[in-house]
Amino acid sequence: MAENVRQTRLAITGVTKRFAVGDEEIEALARVDLTIQEGEFVCLIGASGCGKSTLLRIVAGFEEPTTGEVQVNGVPITGPGRDRGMVFQDYALFPWMTVQQNIGFGPRQRSFARSEIDEISSEFMRLVGLDKFADRYPSQLSGGMKQRVAIARVLANNASILLMDEPFGALDALTREQLQHELLQIWARTRVTIIFITHSVEEAVLMADRVLVMSAGPGRIANDVAIDLPRPRDVASPEFNVVRRDLARRLTSHIAPARTAVLTGA
Amino acid sequence: MTEQVAILADVAPESPIVLARRRRRTYEAVRAVVLGAGFPLFLILMWHIAVIYTGTRLVPSPRQVAVMMWDFAFGGVYDDAFSGTILTHIWKSMQRVYGGFLLAAAIGIPLGLLIGRIKVLRDLLEPTISVLRPIPVTAWLPLSMIFFGLGPNAAIFLVFLGAFYPILLNTTFGVRSVDVRLFEAAAMLGCSGSAMFRQVVLPAALPSIFNGLRVAHGFAWILIVVGEMTGVPTGLGSVIMDGRTLSRTDLVVTGMIVIGALGFLTDRIIVALSNRLLAWSPQHHG
Repeated sequence: MAENVRQTRLAITGVTKRFAVGDEEIEALARVDLTIQEGEFVCLIGASGCGKSTLLRIVAGFEEPTTGEVQVNGVPITGPGRDRGMVFQDYALFPWMTVQQNIGFGPRQRSFARSEIDEISSEFMRLVGLDKFADRYPSQLSGGMKQRVAIARVLANNASILLMDEPFGALDALTREQLQHELLQIWARTRVTIIFITHSVEEAVLMADRVLVMSAGPGRIANDVAIDLPRPRDVASPEFNVVRRDLARRLTSHIAPARTAVLTGA
Repeated sequence: MTEQVAILADVAPESPIVLARRRRRTYEAVRAVVLGAGFPLFLILMWHIAVIYTGTRLVPSPRQVAVMMWDFAFGGVYDDAFSGTILTHIWKSMQRVYGGFLLAAAIGIPLGLLIGRIKVLRDLLEPTISVLRPIPVTAWLPLSMIFFGLGPNAAIFLVFLGAFYPILLNTTFGVRSVDVRLFEAAAMLGCSGSAMFRQVVLPAALPSIFNGLRVAHGFAWILIVVGEMTGVPTGLGSVIMDGRTLSRTDLVVTGMIVIGALGFLTDRIIVALSNRLLAWSPQHHG
């Protein structure tokens, strides 16, 4: 899985973020430098307020960094773009559109022919297993189904990077497990690059090639941990638990000396 | 966040559960009609008793009003200037009501969308609107007669003024209360500029816009009477005005009932339209 010939998909250089709150200034992100390769599955993990959502929103183009630059495929970003698709925790589906219309929204912006839009949206409805629910409105769907629509919506728009901000945080345990599994399948099939925020150490170890542990005040990347466990991963295996414990320890320790560490489950 | 359960079970349409459910719905629908129509009938009965009991000649009895209504609609009873003229008056009044109302919607909705989305416009216009809005529309009557003369245009202008503010404010409010994530989601999917207004801002604000349209539509019917009291020869407002000068209270009450019934029926059209357009919104069924 660790081919070195892969292209750099995302490059974050010298990005910092300060917010003004009244007359005071809050440093949300200290300097972040980060490169992510094509097809990588990266988890961002850290306590609330460590700036992980801010970092993701800067990559999405919803917020501008105070300093620094974000490049996608070597081109600096200037705002939101269809190459980066955000999947929100609260879905952010268009409630007045059916499943099919939501998924076809991106292609529609590119003034494709109607038949093409239908074709693309049907293809991605099948990918997430919602082809039977094409004419449902979001209010008629369960949380898990809504999140499937949200994932299909950005994939149908040909996004090369999926930005996921605690996408399964609002789901019950069973649905979450199922969606984790489905997302891994989609990832394996499309080889899309994924940056995934989570609170759950287990979720990070289950999903990611690489886990970035963030610490707060100001937010920075404290650890960059490669997860070399073979896939599919078994959450009950001893190897998995070794990695999980180590990651949990790093997450809770406020002083994290090592910037890079490679863990293997073998 | 609660998870909504999708109803997927296919129940046979003739099963006893379905039949029982249908019976229950029918019963509730019939009860709503009986209660809704029964109360006005009760009021008419009270009115009748009150007129008989007091022996007044100033207030017409329900029967007199019914006769007047018949004559107004079909003629053949009094054969005067009002006999069989109902459609002319309704037609004239509706032209003015919907002229003003549609004009208010045509300006109020786009302007409200822009004010809701663009901060500079909001800062520029909102204080002015807040000062103009509390001025009663009837206070504009003298000026509107100077601007537009005696005639239908003054009435249309008054209806427009009354309908404009509720439409504008509800539209702005609707845009302001849309989850910003929807705009972010649209932007990242490649939507911008006027497409954003057409495809996202307008539909997202639609529930609130319809609330504004309903309120404005009610005002429009209220104001048409004021508008037509300014000396236009036809229209339901002028009929009421004539009834007053001729001391024909049966004519006045007839005009009132026609306006009420028309306002009710046209409101049902707006509700039906909004239920159709807002089928996606679980909160919006009027």
